[in-house]
Amino acid sequence: MRDKKSRRDRLYSKTEALQDTEKEGDAVDVFTKDAGRELTLTLRGELDHHGARDVMQRMELALDAALPLRLVLDFSGVSFMDSSGIAVVMRAQKRMRALGGSAVLRQVPPQAKRVFDTAGIFRIVPLEEGEKSDEGQSK
Amino acid sequence: MKVRANNYIAIEFPSRSVNEGLARAAVAAFAAQLDPTLDELGDIKTAVSEAVTNAIVHAYPQEIGKIALRASIFDGNVLEIVVRDWGRGIENVEKAREPLFTTGGEERSGMGFTIMESFMDTLAVRSKAGKGTVVTMKRRIALRPARR
Repeated sequence: MRDKKSRRDRLYSKTEALQDTEKEGDAVDVFTKDAGRELTLTLRGELDHHGARDVMQRMELALDAALPLRLVLDFSGVSFMDSSGIAVVMRAQKRMRALGGSAVLRQVPPQAKRVFDTAGIFRIVPLEEGEKSDEGQSK
Repeated sequence: MKVRANNYIAIEFPSRSVNEGLARAAVAAFAAQLDPTLDELGDIKTAVSEAVTNAIVHAYPQEIGKIALRASIFDGNVLEIVVRDWGRGIENVEKAREPLFTTGGEERSGMGFTIMESFMDTLAVRSKAGKGTVVTMKRRIALRPARR
């Protein structure tokens, strides 16, 4: 009996550990805007390892639903980002290549920009400068 | 000779990813007394985030373990951050510090140590397989003219 309980406790703590990143908290919000074959994902919040898995899952879902040719990742609302953000962008790039399309980054705040710069990310996924992500803006 | 810190904080927490944000915020609040710029504060938070995430992901991959974080201020406006775990350790520290090297799969970028290295003035990693890892980083906060 006692043995059974402690075993269950062990299992519980293991499952808990694995689910930890999926819990609600300061997780990043993802807003989707689908305009034809262009999909804009706006990230908001602190993009760290805790939030990254959730962002990736939601990004995959949005990509599967929209099958865009161009993906815009808008970082305007990202108040903090560490190297987890690099993994998110690399995943996005990989998925867009598989779809025969491309990905760009937009409105990256200075702190996140420094992290991207350290990894040379803008050589792989370009940073689109200047453009505001307003509705109805012509190309 | 061991130099005594002028001020320090020490916190301990389980290796749950929800604590990554807490660790960054705690160090940022402590470092505020050095009057850092926003850029300096951003660098420090990023480095802390990388070190703590490493401990959570790599030191304790299958279990929840203990992480100890200590931030100290030394003469000359120097901030020192020590992140310690008692997890599985790093077999080859040199390899782990190489850019893009990761054992963390697709969710990790392999840039953690590279970022700590370039955002901080010094980075030292001591690790023993099966015993744990100690990451020590230092950053001197520039004295600004506007500062009293």
